[in-house]
Amino acid sequence: MSQLDFSSDKYLNMDLLRFTTAGSVDDGKSTLIGRLLFDSKSIFEDQLEHVEEASKKMGGHQMNLALVTDGLKAEREQGITIDVAYRYFATPKRKFIIADTPGHIQYTRNMVTGASTANLAIVLVDARNGVVEQTCRHAFIASLLQIKHLVLCVNKMDLVDYDEETFNRIKNKFDDFSSKLDIQDIHYIPISALKGDNVVDQSANMAWYKGSTLLYTLESVHIASDHNFVDARFPVQRVIRPQSDKFHDFRGYAGRIEGGIFKPGDEVIALPSGFTSKVKTVETLEGKLEEAFPPMSVVMTLEDDIDISRGDMIAKPNNQPRIGQDIDIMVCWLNEKKLQLRGKYAIKHTTKSARCVVREVKYKVDINNLHKIEDDLVVGLNDIGRITIRTTEPLFHDAYKQNRSTGSMILVDEHTNETVGAGMII
Amino acid sequence: MHYNLSHLKQLESEAIFIMREVASQFDKPVLLFSGGKDSIVMVRLAQKAFWPARIPFPLMHIDTGHNFAETIEFRDKLVSDVGAELIVKLVQDSIDKGRVVEEKGINASRNSLQTTTLLDAIEELQFDAAFGGARRDEEKARAKERFFSHRDEFGQWDPKNQRPELWNLFNGRKNFGEHFRVFPLSNWTEMDVWQYIAAENLDIPSIYFSHTRKIFERHGMLLAESSFLKPVHGEKSEDRVVRFRTVGDMTCTGAVESIASTLEDIIQEVAAARVTERGGRADDKRSDSAMEDRKKQGYF
Repeated sequence: MSQLDFSSDKYLNMDLLRFTTAGSVDDGKSTLIGRLLFDSKSIFEDQLEHVEEASKKMGGHQMNLALVTDGLKAEREQGITIDVAYRYFATPKRKFIIADTPGHIQYTRNMVTGASTANLAIVLVDARNGVVEQTCRHAFIASLLQIKHLVLCVNKMDLVDYDEETFNRIKNKFDDFSSKLDIQDIHYIPISALKGDNVVDQSANMAWYKGSTLLYTLESVHIASDHNFVDARFPVQRVIRPQSDKFHDFRGYAGRIEGGIFKPGDEVIALPSGFTSKVKTVETLEGKLEEAFPPMSVVMTLEDDIDISRGDMIAKPNNQPRIGQDIDIMVCWLNEKKLQLRGKYAIKHTTKSARCVVREVKYKVDINNLHKIEDDLVVGLNDIGRITIRTTEPLFHDAYKQNRSTGSMILVDEHTNETVGAGMII
Repeated sequence: MHYNLSHLKQLESEAIFIMREVASQFDKPVLLFSGGKDSIVMVRLAQKAFWPARIPFPLMHIDTGHNFAETIEFRDKLVSDVGAELIVKLVQDSIDKGRVVEEKGINASRNSLQTTTLLDAIEELQFDAAFGGARRDEEKARAKERFFSHRDEFGQWDPKNQRPELWNLFNGRKNFGEHFRVFPLSNWTEMDVWQYIAAENLDIPSIYFSHTRKIFERHGMLLAESSFLKPVHGEKSEDRVVRFRTVGDMTCTGAVESIASTLEDIIQEVAAARVTERGGRADDKRSDSAMEDRKKQGYF
C-alpha cells in the first residue's frame, strides 16, 4: 500500500464510509479486522505489544490478530466479542468506521445496532461451511436496515486450496438467497484473512479471481448518493434565541438536514402548525450558506415569525412527510423483557419524544428463511416483527426505505428507561 | 458529486448534533474541560452548535494541582475569549476533606483520585450530563463506549449492560441521581483532532509544540521534572527537546522527543507515530485493563 498522505488539503477532502462486519463464531471476523488495521498500518506498537502479550498468555505461538479487536477484559478471557465495538482506519481515499458486531445467535440486537448507521455490510462465510443460517440472518438484517452495499467475503480460502469451484458454489447459493432481499449492490470476494489474500493485496494464490481486493472495494464503493437529496426534511432540534444586543431579534432553528436541499428563498411549511414561510438564511458560525444538504447541522431562519419548537419539522409545501398517529413498523426487539401487546412505551422519532401503545402484532419474521410466523406472536429478545402502534401525537414520518432518519424510531421502557425496540416505519 | 460532505465535516456535524441533543434533553449539562486539545475542539464545537447564542452550559476543570503552568494560562484565556463560565474543582480539596487518600511511592499519581472529585462535583452541583472529549480510538475500553453513556447513582459504568444506540436517536432518560457522560468526539481519531485544529486555526497550549525542558527517564517514559516530580536515585535530569502529546497530570504524562514546532509538523509526526498517544501515559500502563477498571468506577 502506498504511504499515507496526510497533507491537510487531501485529508480535508477524504470521505467517510461506515461499515459493519458480521460473521458466525470462528468465521475469522476479528482476524479480518485485525488484518485490515494491520495492513493499513493503523495499529500502533504499544497496541501490538499488548496483543503479543495477550497471545502468549492464551498459549498461542504466533501473534493472534483477532486480539486487536477484543476490547474488554471479559471478552479476552472468554475469547468472544460481546458488544459492538468501533474501529477506525484511513487510507488516502477514505476514512473508515467499522462497527464490529458479534456473530452469536443471541446478539442480533448488536448487529442491528451496528447496521443502523452503516453504508456497507461485510458478511463473512467460512469457505469450508459455505452459506449457513447465520449468513442469511446477517444478510437479512443488512437488507432490513437498508444497507445499500453488501460484500460477501468467502474467508479461509487457504483451507480449501484456493479452489475456484468452492467459491462459485457459495456465490451462487448466496445469489439465490439474496434475490429475496432488498440490497442494491452485492460484491463477492474470496479471501484469507489469516494469510492476507485479497484483503489489501491481490492474492497470488487465486489468479482466477479477477475482481477487486476487499480494501479497494471499500475505497471505491459509490456512497455519495446514499442520502436522500430529494425530500426536504428538517427536524427542529432547538430554537436559538441569543437575546443579546448584537442579535436582539434573532430567532433561528437548529437542526440537522435529514433529507433534500434547503436554500434561502425556498418556500417551506412548518409542521404540525401548517404555516408556510420562506427560508431567510442558513446560518453557521463561519457565515451564511447558499444551500444546506444532508447531513449538515445548521441554523435556519425564516422570513416570518411562526411558532416552531423542538420536535417540529420544516419541509416543503409540495413535498411533505406523512403525518399520522397509527403507524406500522418492523420492530427489532432488543430487551429480555418481551414486547407487551397493548403495552405503553416512550418513543423517540427524529427530535420528537412521545409515547405509544402497541395495538397489534401482525407477524414475526423467521430471519433464517424470511418466512412469516403468524401462530406465535410473542416478540422477545432478538425477534423481528411487524407491529402497529398508536402514538400520543402525530409523527411527521417517511417510510424507512425512503429515509433512514425520518423513518426510524426507538421504543423505550418507561420504567427502566432502557432502549427496548428499534423500529423501522413501513 | 456536488452534495458530498467531507469526513471531517460529517464528524463535526455529528458532534454538533449531539451537543444540541444534550442541551435539549438534559436540565443541567456541563462540559469537562482539561485544557487539552480534545477539550479545545469540544469548546469550538459547542460554540458552533449554539451560535449566535452563547454556550448554554459551564465548563468544569477537575484540577489535580499538578498542572503544566502553560495549560492553566491557556485555559483561563480561552474561557475569557469564549465568554463561558468556568468551574474549577480541586483534587486537593478532596484530599483535605479526607474523601481520598493520596497515593504513596515514587509512582504516586493523583490521576485516579480525580474520579472522586469529579463524582462529588457532579453530585454537589447536580449536573445530569457531563460532556467528555474521549474518543473511541484512544484505548480499547473506550472502543465500546456509547455517545450517551449511562452512569448509575454511584457514577459507575456497566460495559455489559449498555443501552443499544441506533441511528441518531439518543436516549437520555434516567432516574433521579443518575447521570450521563456524553462523548461527541467518539468517532474522531487523533489525526482528525489535529486536522480539525489546523483547519479551524485553533490555539493550543504551547507544551504541544517542541521546547527545551528538564526531563528524566523512568520506566522508559520521559517525565518532566517539576516541584511535583523529582528524579530519584539513579535517575538523571537533563535538558531535552520534547513536546507533549497530551496535557494531563504532570506526574504521569510522558513527553516525546520532537522538533515539531508547527501544527503541520505535528500532523506529520502523528502520521508517522508508531505509539498511541495514551502509550505515553503511566496511568494506562498499570495493567492491561487499567482504563476499563477506572472507567467502571466513573473516571472520565
